[in-house]
Amino acid sequence: MPVVVFLALKFLREYRAQTALTVGAVAVGVSVMIFLSALIDGLQRSLIDRTLGTQAHVLVRPMEERARPLLDERVPTARHVEQPAQRSRPIAEWQRVDRWIAGDEEVVATAPTVTGSGFATRGNANRPVIVIGVDPNRFEQVIPVGTKMLRGAYRLDGAETVIGRGLSTNLGVDVGDRVRIETPEGADALLTIRGVFELGNQQVDERWVLVPLRTGQMLLGLPGGSNAIHVKVRRVFEADRVAARVVDQTGLVADSWMQQNAQLLIGLRSQSSSSYTIQFFVFLAVAIGIASVLVVSVVQRTREIGILRAMGTPRRRIAAIFILQGGIVGFIGSLFGAALGGLLSFAFAALSRNPDGTATFPIDLTLRLVLTATLLATVTGVLAAVLPARQAGRLEPAEAIRHV
Amino acid sequence: MSEPADDEVILSLRGVTKSFGKEVVTEVLHGIDLELRRGELAALIGPSGSGKSTLLNLIGLLDRPTTGTIHLAGRDATGADDETLSLLRAETLGFVFQFHHLIGSLTALENLLMPLSIRGGWIDDAQRERAQRALESVGLGKRSGARPSELSGGQQQRVAIARALVHEPALVLADEPTGNLDTATADDIFAVLRGENRDKRRTILVVTHDPRLAARCDRIITMIDGRIASDVAAPAGAAPTVH
Repeated sequence: MPVVVFLALKFLREYRAQTALTVGAVAVGVSVMIFLSALIDGLQRSLIDRTLGTQAHVLVRPMEERARPLLDERVPTARHVEQPAQRSRPIAEWQRVDRWIAGDEEVVATAPTVTGSGFATRGNANRPVIVIGVDPNRFEQVIPVGTKMLRGAYRLDGAETVIGRGLSTNLGVDVGDRVRIETPEGADALLTIRGVFELGNQQVDERWVLVPLRTGQMLLGLPGGSNAIHVKVRRVFEADRVAARVVDQTGLVADSWMQQNAQLLIGLRSQSSSSYTIQFFVFLAVAIGIASVLVVSVVQRTREIGILRAMGTPRRRIAAIFILQGGIVGFIGSLFGAALGGLLSFAFAALSRNPDGTATFPIDLTLRLVLTATLLATVTGVLAAVLPARQAGRLEPAEAIRHV
Repeated sequence: MSEPADDEVILSLRGVTKSFGKEVVTEVLHGIDLELRRGELAALIGPSGSGKSTLLNLIGLLDRPTTGTIHLAGRDATGADDETLSLLRAETLGFVFQFHHLIGSLTALENLLMPLSIRGGWIDDAQRERAQRALESVGLGKRSGARPSELSGGQQQRVAIARALVHEPALVLADEPTGNLDTATADDIFAVLRGENRDKRRTILVVTHDPRLAARCDRIITMIDGRIASDVAAPAGAAPTVH
């Protein structure tokens, strides 16, 4: 066994109460970090999952039509440029664009669709809806409607549709019933409801009408076309970059979920910043605690340090004994802290439940978080020990031996 | 390291002075010349304030001389850096202090492991066996697991002597090794040192106030006012007066 490790362990064991208190302080700090992070990460993940459960990470659509003045804008003249109403237009060469987007290394799946507004009618009931013509398998890979089916099946063949729960209630229809869809383009279709989904977003559940791509193209007057490509990316926070690449390469409009939910992101970032600030000060307090105990320990052991130095122990090895003590205290404290933090997190999640049995505060406790906390606490212990270690290493043997 | 010759000079001090203070400089050692040869058991005596402890610190490489040179076991220690001095101490010196100065958190055996493990930085089974044998040689083989607080004063000092000898240093420095012991125990402790000196021709320098102890050494070096006042062979049966 290295003599440094041997002495560090011996020294820690000699003053057990002192060591236990320091380990306890680290454990509390680590448990706070793990609990806070697990809670905030869980909340954020839940929020993002809910947001992205009904939304593509990136939505690619054609450029908006703009009216441009014929006169040079620099020529001073009184004018009023009337902006046109936006028509439903297809993406030019959408298959090629779709292939190009799918080839991006960050992109997991793409789903070309036709999307437009319409009305759903059943008897006297009439509701405005968003008609989305999809290839069900590809759309499922971007927005998992199939996993959120309440009734019926996620199946779209010919004159079939899948609608949200809200629309089903508003129209008083259910699986097997028929509903008429009309669009401003003057087309209509009588569709059989194959399934009812609930994505948990009121707007979506009350307005989405999923139809086969070909039916959608017919209803929206875009035969063979697509006016929106839904994109799913590997890492959700890379969506902005993927959207920027699409805009650069295709000249189309690409909105990331981050642009569309800017306020949510600001909220999440503020939440993370608050959490990091709290964790920083907790760890600072832990570091000061460890350093204080080790400074006292150096004073308590001055004579022993003097003896070791007199016997020929080099300064750096004396310093290493104290650095190691800081590291050991940090590491052992972090193990207890991880256990305590995990226990707290699960207890908190178990005690606060929604009526449907899901956790009010979802906890995202990962191995990565535990390992990060352990590493951080160990490094904090080592850094906290630097000052006392230098103090120990600087002791002159002749003076240290005479220390009372 | 090769085995030293019988008359090899283990310690050599030439023109060593030591001063303290920056604005008001006080010289406490004046031009010390001293040699110790292999197998000598010398006593360093003198009244309080005569410079014994300062000289011992210099010989023990725990402090640096203001001027002059120090050679230990053939190596020049005068201008060496701290790392080299530490290594020299670890390889060539053994210390016995008045108040034993054992490490309280370690057992007797573990205390002996310290000088053995300094050079390599590791503790292994061979060192444990060697430490156990060293404890047996001072009659404490069965107390190897005892902490210093569980041992008597005499036993603690035996452990301290075993610790000073276990790595077979060229020079053992004993600072008042019997200073806080009763006469019988002091005789006992001195017998251990004398045995090591006779059996293994270990060079030992004993700093003492005890004239009885000094008289039993081979050579008596007397210091007065920072100078070596006399350096003589101890007359058999004589006990010099210490002021």
